[in-house]
Amino acid sequence: MLESIDWSQVNWSRGQFALTAMYHWIFVPLTLGLSFLLAFFESIYVKTGDERWKALTKFWMKLFAINFAIGVATGLILEFQFGTNWSNYSWMVGDIFGAPLAIEGIFAFFLEATFFAVMFFGWDRVSKKFHLFSTWMVAIGANLSALWILVANGWMQNPVGMVFNPDTARFEMENFWAVLGSPSALSRFTHATSSGFVLAALFVVAVSCWFLLRDRHKLLAKRSIVVACVFGFISSVYLAGSGDESGHIVAQAQPMKLAAIEGLYDGEVGSGLNVFGILRGDKQLDDDQSPHYFALEIPYALSFLANRDINSFVPGLRDLVRGNEEHGIISVEQKMQNGRQAVSALAAYKAARKNGDEGAAQTALRDFRAHEQHLGYGYLTHPEQAVPPVALNFYSFRIMVALGFFFPLLFAVLFYYTLKSRLAHTPWLLWLGVFSLFLGYLASQTGWIVAEVGRQPWAIQGMLPVGVATSNLTTGAVQTTFWMFAVLFTILLIAEIRIMTRQISLGPEEE
Amino acid sequence: MIGNLDHATLQHLWWLIVSVVGALFVFLTFVQGGQTLLLTTAHDDVEKKLIVNSLGRKWELTFTTLVLFGGALFAAFPLFYATSFGGAYWVWMLILATFVLQAVSYEFRTKPGNLLGARTYEAFMFINGSVGLLLVGAALGTFFTGASFTLDDYNRVTWLHSLRGLEAAFSLFNLSMGLFLVFLARVLGALYLCNHIRHEDLHERLRRAVVINMVIALPFLLYVLVRLVTMDGFAVDPASGQVTVESFKYLKNLLGMPVVLIMLVAGLLLVIAGVVMTGKGRSTRGIWPAGVGTVLTALSLLLTAGFHGSAFYPSAVDPASSLTIFNASSSHFTLTAMSYVALAVPFVLAYIACVWRMMDRRKFTTDDLESENAKNLY
Repeated sequence: MLESIDWSQVNWSRGQFALTAMYHWIFVPLTLGLSFLLAFFESIYVKTGDERWKALTKFWMKLFAINFAIGVATGLILEFQFGTNWSNYSWMVGDIFGAPLAIEGIFAFFLEATFFAVMFFGWDRVSKKFHLFSTWMVAIGANLSALWILVANGWMQNPVGMVFNPDTARFEMENFWAVLGSPSALSRFTHATSSGFVLAALFVVAVSCWFLLRDRHKLLAKRSIVVACVFGFISSVYLAGSGDESGHIVAQAQPMKLAAIEGLYDGEVGSGLNVFGILRGDKQLDDDQSPHYFALEIPYALSFLANRDINSFVPGLRDLVRGNEEHGIISVEQKMQNGRQAVSALAAYKAARKNGDEGAAQTALRDFRAHEQHLGYGYLTHPEQAVPPVALNFYSFRIMVALGFFFPLLFAVLFYYTLKSRLAHTPWLLWLGVFSLFLGYLASQTGWIVAEVGRQPWAIQGMLPVGVATSNLTTGAVQTTFWMFAVLFTILLIAEIRIMTRQISLGPEEE
Repeated sequence: MIGNLDHATLQHLWWLIVSVVGALFVFLTFVQGGQTLLLTTAHDDVEKKLIVNSLGRKWELTFTTLVLFGGALFAAFPLFYATSFGGAYWVWMLILATFVLQAVSYEFRTKPGNLLGARTYEAFMFINGSVGLLLVGAALGTFFTGASFTLDDYNRVTWLHSLRGLEAAFSLFNLSMGLFLVFLARVLGALYLCNHIRHEDLHERLRRAVVINMVIALPFLLYVLVRLVTMDGFAVDPASGQVTVESFKYLKNLLGMPVVLIMLVAGLLLVIAGVVMTGKGRSTRGIWPAGVGTVLTALSLLLTAGFHGSAFYPSAVDPASSLTIFNASSSHFTLTAMSYVALAVPFVLAYIACVWRMMDRRKFTTDDLESENAKNLY
């Protein structure tokens, strides 16, 4: 089916996807979380009738709108990129993957777009209550759109509910609810949205701390911090919980990803969780040297995370690539053989159908069905290809988790200091509040690196490698669009940051 | 009920749904048309502000409809999504780029610190309304003229023209389609603004713009219609799936589907009625007949392309590679599931209409530029 893969084109397409996804994810988390914070702020205004809460709501709403516009702009490219740069993917899994995208459009985007106009321009055109309703609808719409795209992403991590149709040479949906309700989909949704809530809370905290440092808009800042800290604390505790659940699901559906994240080469019973370590740069899959220069471990924790059993076996990269009979793990080499068998059986099936030889077609189909489980491996050229980049996953994961523990602590301390009326007089904490916004972005981006780079070399886990998923394009064409979007998004990001900082320094309209 | 529909019925239903979304998008391009009027019809900053803010309450609807059009095609006809987007790479990338520029322009245009200056963001809006729509029109034109691609046994696309889709703009038919779309959008934009804004001077100029742009659009429309009924088309035999070139195919489609023909004629008449009402008369309600007319016209064209045994995305170089609603669609299961989802569409349309009415009950005037809420304006 696939004679030659132009890896340079594939990698530029991956680069373009990473570029647009990472830019998009600068703006989206803020939209997800800030929309709820706006709804909280405005609810307090409607409940209390205090005009200062209205001014506060309108201030954050203005920042929300600036961020929202550029989020929409970057999202457009992401959606259509599945077609433009990953057209074979679009055909092979469009039957399943297209549905959540369309549902996202119908249910979520219109909700967001319609009520955004009311929220932003409707202050003097609709009733107070309807305005509040609209603000809530924007928040719900924004988070619903996250649900559907993350269902789609979860399915890519753990493809369920489908069957391969040899006549059309694509995967077709068999069970809609399995796709929607897959644990991978739900854990992606809860983890990603709650990370958005945390980032938005950090944003509100950072801007408010800045105001306090400058001795301006103190009431607005304190009120904002209180609401943001409560929201941020609850969300970050939930985030940690959903992260743990994500880890468990990854262990079940993507053991190779977990092994890469841990830098675990040789599996163990009662495996410890690496808290921090430095990876050896020259470690090879089959050598016997330790993968780390040093490592700090929590005994048994990895086994518990992976299998909810401290004495369970967690396979390492070597087990997964070379196979481990004792634990019933098939080698990648064997899977590649099965996959190649499936690929050639599929070709034989199609040829037989073309020639009208039903008998031969049925024989080929049986052969295909017997090996289709490893279809995707048939396109790999050597077993080591099945291993995702270890160092990038290992360090990204540790940064994300460490920050994940830091954030709830930060929210708790800020909340305490605000209640005790000591926050305004504690500059180091205010500076920490400002600086933590960047840590929020760092955690958010590294989280997606783990999710996506950890899935390599697969576009669809175990089924479709990125090399097969791509469009038939020249490297030059993709390079051109890569740089076009890199320049365009960077200019727009600079403009956005400048506008944002100017609006922040202008402050709220009235106090 | 939906569960019992056969595959062919679902394929027709989904082409209809996708066509309705596409037709609504064409109507909503009044936003893009309005953006180009900024340059030609607004005389000062107040008028510009009125136009931008009037359109600014609607631009996301157009944008979202475009995204839904893409999403619905992906879900219902993934082979089209894969073939056209992956094949006609440049035309789609440029269209998307113009929409990226548009998406930030409203919010950023007058904000302090916006790096590029108001004029640049206005230029972005103009590019979106002109180049963007021209290319959208040219891409839609290929539903009739075909494109230069082949598909292999595994449905992977090979594009045979080095311009990767941009070549569509060099066919007179596609170019006319694109230019018609650009000037129709300007007509609709002027009609919408006449309805939405209260401003004497601007109204006079908008009324003139309605007539002038309609006059400019007419030759392109006539060319498209004449070519459409005289050109060869791509017919598919539903039983064998074989695609062949057939003379007067689209004329036959229109005659064979009288409802579609009536929609086309009624649609065009309604557009003209809207233009006359507002352009020549004093009514400000011309946008409604013209809007309904635009939806009917666009819908009838899309149905002509896909129904009555036609290949909706023909390959001009290899008819066997052409896409039809039968070979490009999702599975029976997915189309059934998606049909249940589509039951929500009327509900969505209802709340959009409801909010639209609520927000536009009072006309937009220069008073709004000074109101309590003025700081929120674009």
